[in-house]
Amino acid sequence: MSNHESNHGSVKAYVTGFVFSIILTIIPLVLVLNHMMAKTALMVSILIAAVLQFVIQLFFFMHIRDGEEPRYNVAALILGIVFVVTIVSGSIWIMSFNSQVQ
Amino acid sequence: MNTSGFFVTGDPMIYGADVSIVLVSVAIIFYLTYFKKWGWLWREWITTVDHKRIGIMYLIASLLMLFRGGVDAILMRLQLAIPNAHFLESEHYNEIFTTHGTIMILFMAMPFMFALFNMVVPLQIGARDVAYPALNAISFWLFFLGAMLFNLSFVIGGSPDAGWLSYPPLSENQFSPGPGQNFWIWGVQISGIGSLATGINFVVTILKMRAPGMRLRDMPLFTWSVMASSIAILGVFPILTVSLIMLTIDRLFGGHFFTMTAGGNPMMWVNLIWMWGHPEVYIVVLPAFGVFSEVVATFAKKRIFGYGSMVFSMIAISVVSYYTWVHHFFTMGAGADVNIVFAICTMIIAIPTGVKVFNWLFTLYRGRITVTQPLLWFYAMIPCFLVGGSTGVMLAAAPADYQYHNSYFLIAHFHQVLIGGVVFGYLAGMYYWWPKVFGFKLNDKLGKWAFWLWQIGFYVCFMPQYALGFMGMTRRIYTYNQTMGWDMGWAPLNFISTIGAFLMGAGFVFQAWQIIYSIKHGERDVTGDAWNGRTLEWSIPSPPPAYNFAILPTIKGRDSWWYQKQEMQNGTYKQEPVKYEPIHMPKNTGVPFIMSCFFFVAGFGFTFEWFWMGIIGLIGVAITLFVRSFQYDTDYYITVEEIERTEKALRNNASVQRTAN
Repeated sequence: MSNHESNHGSVKAYVTGFVFSIILTIIPLVLVLNHMMAKTALMVSILIAAVLQFVIQLFFFMHIRDGEEPRYNVAALILGIVFVVTIVSGSIWIMSFNSQVQ
Repeated sequence: MNTSGFFVTGDPMIYGADVSIVLVSVAIIFYLTYFKKWGWLWREWITTVDHKRIGIMYLIASLLMLFRGGVDAILMRLQLAIPNAHFLESEHYNEIFTTHGTIMILFMAMPFMFALFNMVVPLQIGARDVAYPALNAISFWLFFLGAMLFNLSFVIGGSPDAGWLSYPPLSENQFSPGPGQNFWIWGVQISGIGSLATGINFVVTILKMRAPGMRLRDMPLFTWSVMASSIAILGVFPILTVSLIMLTIDRLFGGHFFTMTAGGNPMMWVNLIWMWGHPEVYIVVLPAFGVFSEVVATFAKKRIFGYGSMVFSMIAISVVSYYTWVHHFFTMGAGADVNIVFAICTMIIAIPTGVKVFNWLFTLYRGRITVTQPLLWFYAMIPCFLVGGSTGVMLAAAPADYQYHNSYFLIAHFHQVLIGGVVFGYLAGMYYWWPKVFGFKLNDKLGKWAFWLWQIGFYVCFMPQYALGFMGMTRRIYTYNQTMGWDMGWAPLNFISTIGAFLMGAGFVFQAWQIIYSIKHGERDVTGDAWNGRTLEWSIPSPPPAYNFAILPTIKGRDSWWYQKQEMQNGTYKQEPVKYEPIHMPKNTGVPFIMSCFFFVAGFGFTFEWFWMGIIGLIGVAITLFVRSFQYDTDYYITVEEIERTEKALRNNASVQRTAN
């Protein structure tokens, strides 16, 4: 594998990604623990933090930009997004409906 | 550190198990020491990274687990055979149905599936190993030690008893204190990590390691099914991992994700676990579909009918299976909107499955059929899976499901699809590829005895359960009284069902006998092409040499081995001059086994809430990861002379003159 090196990020990129991820994890935790927001606002903030973290991990850990075959990357990314959207929005929908009818 | 209640006491059956475990362990240790086999075991099996050997170990482990899960099933059926039975206490019964379900899905079906992945996929795509051989060994050992951790629970600490998916709040500390439930969490967690790694491994193997010239649309259908199943693994096993971590936080660190109080929501667990659990059943059934596609094409001596629609339907199944999970809890009361969406998705899944059944039947139509053991299991699958699928569509109708939910109707339904689809499929695969992996066929006569005992036993066992479901018998009850038993007619049907369970048990005994008998007397396969097959695995000797293919084959299309054989018969086949090159292979490594042992230590520690032990285990895992990262001496080359020597020896054994690819 001659191009082995080019697919791996630098230590700096990994550390930056890690720090950003940690910060974006701590923010929702603090919000929840201290009851700092109303329910809808809280849910939206958590979702924003999650999406940001998702994007950061794609760029800093998953190297979305530098594959040799971008077609694979795009296909895998679309599939991953479909899974994530299903899991998150499906759960919110099912569980909120559940609390309404209870 | 509290060690009281460390060993399970009080039940004579458990003492019996204690004694037999000790006796078997002593016998194994004595055998290995007396015949000086420890070194052999370490070098040839424990440290191996060869996908064929890992496949064999998966197969052995899954057959052992089939035995354990089967014994659980028979114990349950004995308890239910007559009203007011006192064979098992209620708690013991709960433990047994919990371990039966967990073992059969996670420690029998999954490893049996991985056995087939490992034994077949690299050979079918013309590869010399999987993409990450050491990771493959890690997967196996994580599964194996996770399974052992789980199995330990019935003699040490006590078995889990909250059902195979351990719904909270029952599985929370408040209602299930003690190590039993933790055994479930850690056993499933550790083996789940292994399953996820296997999923990654096979997606990469199939995408990156196909022989030159093999396009995706030339791949054999079994390989396609492995691809579909592995993608589903990647999508859902992380959900399992996260859910288990959340339950761990609840149980060990006083969290409130799924508790009744302090803002917890037990239904969230049900939602999450079925998001994994439903695709999981499709994960195990897709490779069975792949097996049938190979078996039918081979024994009808025809190209599979509708290859494109077969691939499309498998991908459709693995995608739509993500959108059906709510059908496991229609009765939660999420309302009509939610239930309608998931009911319709559930019914839609029957369509691609039906497409596959028709394609298999059309493949058989006007084929030159040879009825062999693998094909027999296919024949058995069609009616069984058809009825199971139809009752599944009945269950999918959300309003009607309020009647069927958690009744014996459901029990009969899912056993019919899981045994009829998955078990029959894997057994067909085992009989089909057995000569490839071991070099001999399994005895026909004993196999037919086993087959018919399984078939008759299956219907005798599960057909009465549909009726019992309509009569109001719910799952997981451990006994019923005289009124229900005789006046309401539960007892005769339950008794018949128990007879069926014993017949299936007898079928399994015949299979064990068949394997042992065939090791000595089975028909030897000297050609490497035991069934006149169509795909690449049949182009190499049985069992294949360590490097599989001396020269990587060049693929010109689907079923290329079949067409090459025809060219060889017609005399139009031009053999390329054989020129061997050194083969690059991975070296054996002990790290996967040692790492998994540390996982076991960690799991055991957290199970008993001995945090010092759990942390030692996790540190060990980190150290082994670190050590592996700095191992540079991980591969070697097989020299040309050695390849020539091996190939010559293999060719001299073969009675039929064969051409290497």
